[in-house]
Amino acid sequence: MIRFEHVTVTYPDAPAPILVDVNFEVPEGELCLVVGVTGSGKSTLLRAVNGLVPRFTGGVMQGSVIVDGRRTSEVSPRELADVVGLVGQDPAASFVTDYVEDELAYAMENLGIAPDIMRRRVEDILDLLGLHELRNRPLASLSGGQQQRVAIGSVLTAGPRVLVLDEPTSALDPAAAEEVLAALTRLVHDLGTTVLIAEHRLERVVQYADRVMLIPGGGQPVVIGLPAEVLRTSVVAPPVVELGRLAGWSPLPLSVREARRSASELRERLSSVVPPVRVPRNIGEIVVVTENLQASYGPITALRGVNLEIRSGEIVAVMGRNGAGKSTLLNHLVGLRAPIGGSVRVMGREPHRLSARDIVRAAGLVPQDCGVLLYHDTVAAECRAADRDTDLAPGSTRAVLDRIVPEIEARTHPRDLSEGQRLGLALAIILASEPPVVLLDEPTRGLDYLAKQRLIHVLTTFANAGTAVVIATHDVEVVAAVADRVVVMAEGEIVADGPAREVVSHSPVFAPQVAKVMAPEPWLTVSEVKAALGALESPGAIA
Amino acid sequence: MSERRLVHPGAWWVWAIGLAAGALRTTNPFLLCLIVAVAGWVVVSRRSDAPWARSFASCLRLGLIVIIIRMVFQVFFGARIPGTIVFSLPEVTLPSWAAGVSIGGTVTTESLVAAFYQGLRLATVVACFGAATSLCSPYRMLRALPSALYEAGVAMTVAFSFAPQAIVSARQVRDARRLRGRSDRGIRAWSGAAMPVLEGALERSVALAASMDSRGYGRRGDVSVPLRRLGSVLTLLGLVLVMIGSYGLLDPGAPVLFRLPAMVLAVLAFVAALLVGGRLNHRTRYRPDPWAFPEWVITLSGVAAVIGSVISARNGDLLDPSVYPLEFPAIPLAALAGVLLASLPAWVAPLPPTALSTSQPLAVAA
Repeated sequence: MIRFEHVTVTYPDAPAPILVDVNFEVPEGELCLVVGVTGSGKSTLLRAVNGLVPRFTGGVMQGSVIVDGRRTSEVSPRELADVVGLVGQDPAASFVTDYVEDELAYAMENLGIAPDIMRRRVEDILDLLGLHELRNRPLASLSGGQQQRVAIGSVLTAGPRVLVLDEPTSALDPAAAEEVLAALTRLVHDLGTTVLIAEHRLERVVQYADRVMLIPGGGQPVVIGLPAEVLRTSVVAPPVVELGRLAGWSPLPLSVREARRSASELRERLSSVVPPVRVPRNIGEIVVVTENLQASYGPITALRGVNLEIRSGEIVAVMGRNGAGKSTLLNHLVGLRAPIGGSVRVMGREPHRLSARDIVRAAGLVPQDCGVLLYHDTVAAECRAADRDTDLAPGSTRAVLDRIVPEIEARTHPRDLSEGQRLGLALAIILASEPPVVLLDEPTRGLDYLAKQRLIHVLTTFANAGTAVVIATHDVEVVAAVADRVVVMAEGEIVADGPAREVVSHSPVFAPQVAKVMAPEPWLTVSEVKAALGALESPGAIA
Repeated sequence: MSERRLVHPGAWWVWAIGLAAGALRTTNPFLLCLIVAVAGWVVVSRRSDAPWARSFASCLRLGLIVIIIRMVFQVFFGARIPGTIVFSLPEVTLPSWAAGVSIGGTVTTESLVAAFYQGLRLATVVACFGAATSLCSPYRMLRALPSALYEAGVAMTVAFSFAPQAIVSARQVRDARRLRGRSDRGIRAWSGAAMPVLEGALERSVALAASMDSRGYGRRGDVSVPLRRLGSVLTLLGLVLVMIGSYGLLDPGAPVLFRLPAMVLAVLAFVAALLVGGRLNHRTRYRPDPWAFPEWVITLSGVAAVIGSVISARNGDLLDPSVYPLEFPAIPLAALAGVLLASLPAWVAPLPPTALSTSQPLAVAA
């Protein structure tokens, strides 16, 4: 169905090609998962399937891509629209119309599908993706997760035989992600749709994949094979696979269910060990207080009476489904919005009354799309500007950046940085003025496992030094690895607030994979299990 | 009250264009203010809760800026009208080749009033378009266009969508500046933000084009090249003729050939383009908006604003009040009645559905 023959893609001004001599074939009805570190060319490969690369991106493509017997070099993306449906990373950027229903019908209108069939398909897709309550809503009023589902639906209505999805669940909460993936598997099973999907959160997707394609990056050949084979050696692997590798299970488990069947022996071995209590940091005085905080967007209430206290040195994860009010809460803590009721105090002052110069010394926010913070043309210029804006000694921001992500070339354009490096740069700009409170909104979107590890390390270091860290995220694995305390929000209210281990391991939605495999023992991460096993094997090593 | 539903976008646009045309034919300040008031009243009573429905207020602000700019230009560079002197600026003597251009000089009440009238007229036209975009989004208009006009319409949609996208990215940049600790006020802040705002909006427009393309926009299927070209040429011809025709209708001093004959030819060209285009385009339409009684009322009430102004001109009423000598503007009654009729939609048009209602009534047309 999809065949790449000796495909090499070089972007203009790039020193080296992003894809080198890629060869593979995906047969009809297969769900193929594309994995690789950030910047390895996954998006390029996906967008080459319907010819958007190189037609809309510039650059040179050698070799040929053949989809359903047609070469993309001879047929334009629009003529392939009935065969290939593409869902990009940013759903909002792909919307053409204004209302949910119109958006779902857009591709069908272009394809000239008869009105009665259009009508029926729109209803089908509304049900399939749980969108029927949103059908009359303007697209601009939807939350990120709802937009993602509409974007997927708008492609599905055209009935494409090949579906290409670039990180379809990265903006979704765990439950919504499950829903979308369930809908996709149904398409594969019932309609024989061929699906090519790139995703960093392998833990969500890998169990549904027929095959996995690993793009190692750096011009090395693409590996494609059965998930268990490819993941045995892959640098990127979900926690359940890492646990399997650690315990030496064979066949390698891909889902929690498979792992649980092999895990009884491991659970028994560890039953005598008490899971480590998070190293108690010196958690200090209260830095953030909200009392009965309320907010609304027009007629929609976003926060209804939030009471929250955050102390210095704490890492607090804010979780909850899309549209629960997480981003709104963070925006209030840095004064981007003023409360309509209740109060918010950061370091004893009201953030929305502080000037821009004062707010950066009280609280810093890395927004969801951290690229919006960057608007100079080199990394060096960004660092210089940050020093100047906040009256720091020249070189301070660069020094912080070197601690977070070393070895970034000063002349690089921020747009050419990898996702992880860009987050590092944004974080360095925020951290440079040493705010006692640092807030991160969905920082792990688009990060591979290695970049997440680095982020976890950085956050822990700063928290140890007394910074209060708040992350709003859907990423349960990161929460399990880094958070001391978890706050769960729903409908603009706080519904749970407690130590991470308790809140997370008792929730079917927010529990990380290791917790699900090891339940009822409260282990959260692979590294905890690894440390405990190491201690068991050499008892003398226990400190 | 009838069921809640969206009104056919064509009706709103004809209504708004009618009001705008009525405004373009006059500089009477009372008439112009009445047109803005009528447009505002209809918008307030019939807009939806969608984000773009709030664009009327920004259009009013834009109109205010237009008036101010027009008057400032009048003070410094405007044509000199004799009369009561308000104040004098030092006059720059320009070389003979720049005859007709003046800088500085005496500023009279008459010249200021004339500039105000002209600025107000432009501001009223801007407000009429603000009303149309508040009442229905440009995309819905595009959807209702006949398929032969689709391509011209898409260029308009992308152009229209650039402004809201620039607003979105301006908001993002403003937030980002605050997060980075830069002051968010003053001219320096805005000049520093211009590049990222434009860059962001441009990137979004390119992403929009890529998305439209990959979802099959502009598919031609297997149509012969000559036929395709014929369709484009006819559409283009029709557009040019409409342009000439509307110039003829709006400017009473235009040659006779530019008025009715140009419009008739334009209609013929469009019909031909539609016939060819119908064979070219395989697009279908999902739940087309019905055209029922309220749509007729809205359309005709907009047309009434133009007809009223035409009748007033026939009756010999002064649509452009005299500024030299300065006179208190008289109110042309027929034009006034026409504009008042244009407020009918505030009662007749069905209310828009709310975002929370789950169903939209079925299209009446099969």
